[in-house]
Amino acid sequence: ADIISTVEFNYTGDLLATGDKGGRVVIFQREQETKSRPLSRGEYNVYSTFQSHEPEFDYLKSLEIEEKINKIRWLPQQNAAHFLLSTNDKTIKLWKISERDKRAEGYNLKDEDGRLREPCRVTELRVPTLKPMDLMVEASPRRTFANAHTYHINSISVNSDYATYLSADDLRINLWHLEVTNRSFNIVDIKPANMEELTEVITAAEFHPHHCNTFVYSSSKGTIRLCDMRSAALCDQHSKFFEEPEDPSSRSFFSEIISSISDVKFSHSGRYMMTRDYLSVKVWDLNMENRPVETYQVHEYLRSKLCSLYENDCIFDKFECCWNGSDSTIMTGSYNNFFRTFERETHRDVTLEASRESSKPRAVLKPRKVCTTGKRKKDEITVDSLDFNKKILHTAWHPMENIIAVAATNNLYLFQEKVN
Amino acid sequence: MFVRGLKRKCFDGEEDIEGTLAGIKAIPSYNLQRQSLLDMSLVKLQLCHMLVEPNLCRSVLIANTVRQIQEEMTQDGTWQMINTQSTGQASLDRLVSTDILCRSARDQAEGKHVPAYGTFNKDFESDHAQDSSETMSTASSVQAPRNLQSNVWEMENPQENKGNFQKSLDQIFETLENKSPNSVEDLFSEVDNSYYDLDTMLTGMMSNTKMGHCDSLETFSSPTNAASNSNCKSDLNDLDHIVEILVES
Repeated sequence: ADIISTVEFNYTGDLLATGDKGGRVVIFQREQETKSRPLSRGEYNVYSTFQSHEPEFDYLKSLEIEEKINKIRWLPQQNAAHFLLSTNDKTIKLWKISERDKRAEGYNLKDEDGRLREPCRVTELRVPTLKPMDLMVEASPRRTFANAHTYHINSISVNSDYATYLSADDLRINLWHLEVTNRSFNIVDIKPANMEELTEVITAAEFHPHHCNTFVYSSSKGTIRLCDMRSAALCDQHSKFFEEPEDPSSRSFFSEIISSISDVKFSHSGRYMMTRDYLSVKVWDLNMENRPVETYQVHEYLRSKLCSLYENDCIFDKFECCWNGSDSTIMTGSYNNFFRTFERETHRDVTLEASRESSKPRAVLKPRKVCTTGKRKKDEITVDSLDFNKKILHTAWHPMENIIAVAATNNLYLFQEKVN
Repeated sequence: MFVRGLKRKCFDGEEDIEGTLAGIKAIPSYNLQRQSLLDMSLVKLQLCHMLVEPNLCRSVLIANTVRQIQEEMTQDGTWQMINTQSTGQASLDRLVSTDILCRSARDQAEGKHVPAYGTFNKDFESDHAQDSSETMSTASSVQAPRNLQSNVWEMENPQENKGNFQKSLDQIFETLENKSPNSVEDLFSEVDNSYYDLDTMLTGMMSNTKMGHCDSLETFSSPTNAASNSNCKSDLNDLDHIVEILVES
């Protein structure tokens, strides 16, 4: 199994898609509750697996284009089939996943095994009939949106109009129409005329969940810009600019690096947005630009280790974050296969671990604690014994229920709220 | 190998002229920590992923860190002082690293077309190739092979080009040795934003980034402010020659 690089529930939560470093997409489907297997409700089983992207070679630059799936975004379901967008560094693809459970039999021009019949042998006409067959799930690429990005695509976001979507790379954001593959419109371009002057890149972008003219993008300098597509064709001028003033007492050479935003997500309500930087998660009110309304420390104990984390490159890890369906709780990952959830109203937070050793199926997860002071209590883990190779970068929360998907390197964990 | 492991200096309180952490004798001075961070950052920028394009965000963040350190060092006036107090091989290594920084900067200043040594410039070139209209395409396609050249050189002819680079490195070392100690300052050019131009030039030199002195750097305190500004100049005419060699290879 390859390293999982993205996790995403669809709009109903019945399907869960994962993309991996090898360019494959695996879709899980939630089992329906049945009388014969009452415990199976909530279980997700493999529904479809397909190779979305293949490695490519850019001959002009003599560089490989990785097949790693950077993001998957589902489209809202409009008919029996399911559609999703998956992207690697350069190319976005629209996939159709459809079920086939019937087969036509009794063709006139060909035999049951598919061989063509000789026309002179056909003496009578019959109407083919549909017979049931074993369920087959087919994935077929319907659109390929290529050659629009010079830099590496880090985000895709489907618009609330369900007709357009944006794709963002390090320096540009493009707007696409789902039906049109040979043209996209550039809506943000922060590339300087002289590349030597480059000091800031785009790290994430997302459309507003309700206002189809509004989107945000975050930067490596810890700022978020909200843009309105009605104001201009090229949204280089932002409508709102979100930045928290720096705390001068905690300034260091690593300040900028740890302020770089790795993920931005609107709340389901559309009133708030959440950003993830290296050490914290911040919730912003879209009406207030000068500071976030809430800040949650994910792993503050790492602040004194920044130099080591810079040396081993962990400081550049891009953690994602997500909201639950009601926007009451937020979740993000950390190291040592830890992930954290924060309840906004009650200010309760918990650290949990996604690993086989620490949890048996259907057992309640035990909260974990990292020891930050000298004295280590029982069951606590010291900062130095954290495994920085076990990082949880990708998590997803079911849109309606308390079911979460956590990707721990090449394993996917699904946790569910215990219902008595 | 271009950057060998830097010799770690053991500084205790008495030898530490620059010590801003007075009283904490075991921890190396702030300036030494800062220099180590600078060296580490330069190595990170130079490390290349031969086949896959390096992460632009990471490169930009490291480059910004380097720029920040060098700005502060220039303000401090410690830019020169650090090098006069160091000895032998270690100082040469540092000189070489900053020398190469200066070379790119100097070439920029002279308006030379330095064909795409860095990720950023490479992208810029190929971006031009993609964005340009019909009339520009000839010009772009002329640039593109040169791009390819400088980009591919270490992949297709690693031995030959390493040899060339080694030759140019030797020339740098030669020039440095021939200079009198006082003209060390002359080797530094104005610090510029173009550190990441080094990328392709120094690719293929996979250096060992294991730097053991990170633990001491954890106690980094806020940077001090100093006023003086020092301008550095480069006067190596051999640079042109070296650049030519690299371009033609």
